[in-house]
Amino acid sequence: MKTTKKTNKPWTLYHANLRTKTLVIISISSILLISIFLSSYLIKPDSIITNFTSANQMPSLEHLFGTDWMGRDMFTRTISGLGLSIGVGAFASLISTFIAIVLGLFSSFNKFTDELVAGIIDLFSSIPHILLIILVSISFGGGFYGVIMGVGLTHWTPLARVLRAEIKKIKTSKYVKLSKEFGKSKLWIAKNHMLPLVISQIIVGVILMFPHAIMHEASITFLGFGLSPHQPAIGIILAESMNYLTSGFWWLAFYPGLSLLLVVLIFDLIGENINKLLNPQSAQT
Amino acid sequence: MNKKRTIRFIEHKAIRFILLIISVAIFSFILINLSPINPVRVYLGEVAVSEAQRVMLEQYWGINQPITVKLFNWFTCILHGDFGTSLIYRIPVIDVIFQKFSASLILMLISWCFSGLIGFGLGIIAGKNKGSLIDKIIKVYCYILQSAPSFWIGLVVLIIFSVSLGWFPIGFGVPIGTLENNVTIFEWIARLILPVLTLSMVGVAPIAMYTRNELVDVLSSDYILFAKSRGEFGWDLIERQALRNILLPVITLQFLSFNELFGGAVLVEQVFSYPGIGQTAVMAGLQSDVPLLLAIVIFSAIFVFTGNLIADIIYYFVDPRIKENETIEDY
Repeated sequence: MKTTKKTNKPWTLYHANLRTKTLVIISISSILLISIFLSSYLIKPDSIITNFTSANQMPSLEHLFGTDWMGRDMFTRTISGLGLSIGVGAFASLISTFIAIVLGLFSSFNKFTDELVAGIIDLFSSIPHILLIILVSISFGGGFYGVIMGVGLTHWTPLARVLRAEIKKIKTSKYVKLSKEFGKSKLWIAKNHMLPLVISQIIVGVILMFPHAIMHEASITFLGFGLSPHQPAIGIILAESMNYLTSGFWWLAFYPGLSLLLVVLIFDLIGENINKLLNPQSAQT
Repeated sequence: MNKKRTIRFIEHKAIRFILLIISVAIFSFILINLSPINPVRVYLGEVAVSEAQRVMLEQYWGINQPITVKLFNWFTCILHGDFGTSLIYRIPVIDVIFQKFSASLILMLISWCFSGLIGFGLGIIAGKNKGSLIDKIIKVYCYILQSAPSFWIGLVVLIIFSVSLGWFPIGFGVPIGTLENNVTIFEWIARLILPVLTLSMVGVAPIAMYTRNELVDVLSSDYILFAKSRGEFGWDLIERQALRNILLPVITLQFLSFNELFGGAVLVEQVFSYPGIGQTAVMAGLQSDVPLLLAIVIFSAIFVFTGNLIADIIYYFVDPRIKENETIEDY
């Protein structure tokens, strides 16, 4: 009864299974994100020109997100801001994953290193995340570089925690003990027995790290750390818009934030669907 | 037996607390010290001073001392109990912290309670009617709120309630022209409503999602099936059989969320110009007020630790399933 009801839906072209659907969702969202990222690089800086004759316009077909008080097209600014955010997010995920893998494998060496890694994880997660980013970005001298390092060096804790727990479990397995008795080195065991088993967790962890990194990049630039006011980062656009809210220019804040929200949602969607692909037993719930 | 366990728990937690705070202090101090930013230059900004005056100021601030000396000086300040002198406010840091942290604590605690209660309620409604329209609406709300930057939610709230409807004033903790001490309680509450609303809206999402999933889990268990077969149904069934089981993990999760709560408060305070600890932290960070920033880091770490500690206490002492199991050794 249920299946016939499904196939009879008028808009279904053919009955796809969950795997196909998942793949389609992943590819469509990836294409969307990649096109945002690439188009932000195609935007030339001089296309965001100041044009006071068209200042403070409501959203229209010509200016999708309206224009700001200098007549700059908000859509162009938003897209380049999103591109910057995605770039920072990618870089931050890369650094954080690297740190998480190194610490996770390092924790497998002996009891002392395990305690050390647990201590470092505790230390990093005991300071509120946003303060930690502020601290790190100050210690790297602020600016664009400070923001990147601040976001990149602080997102590894959840993944490192997962990896450490997983590795502890693998370590008690029989084949690892056997390898040890055969005289394999700890590095060899880490590389050949542990890394392949945790690789799916790493992939999912990286993609789920992305939205967090993007959000924190926007937050930290919103607070005024790092990037100069001329750079089109989402956080800066929103911070600037605050000065014009009282004049009723709501679109300056609304659309850029909404598009940031969409990008974050798409990343979450990709992460969840890739998780479904890699751990099929979790897909049914 | 139980008494012994309690003492061990307290000892364990006390040692952990001291170790953690000391390592947080040293770690954040080293991070700030690595910074190439010269606080004197930031402090002076555009003010024109001669080279000799600048050198004198640098000496007075102890810029060129070795890090061990600086660390020692700072620790003596902490032991004195005043955490040094704030460069922005020109008063002992501990006074600034006390004033701003209490303002933030009110904001955070109120929204924490609201988000917990509303989130729990929404989660129950969604879980009870799993798969229905209302469940879907709550789920979509949670997904969106979880992905939305909290400062943007704050901005939208500000646009709707202050700009369009004009119900609330925009910005500033106190009205212009009044001293901070003369603010009436009513004016103060009026400025608290929007930040609380924003923080609660953001905080509802994770707790509602978690409650919903827990409830769905419990409702699919065998004893619920048995209770249903006995003829219990609807709200009575949930109240008698399921509510107590999910309440404890939900409360624990809510206490573990102090970290995110603080992060949210920093951003929301910035949006609404609420004079709390978050705004002070941002100001201290931007203007290189090192003693103030470090003290805020330490106190926020204590704040987060308190949340985790309460969650642990609930977990180990209140949960009857663990109370019965005396052999548990590993915390």
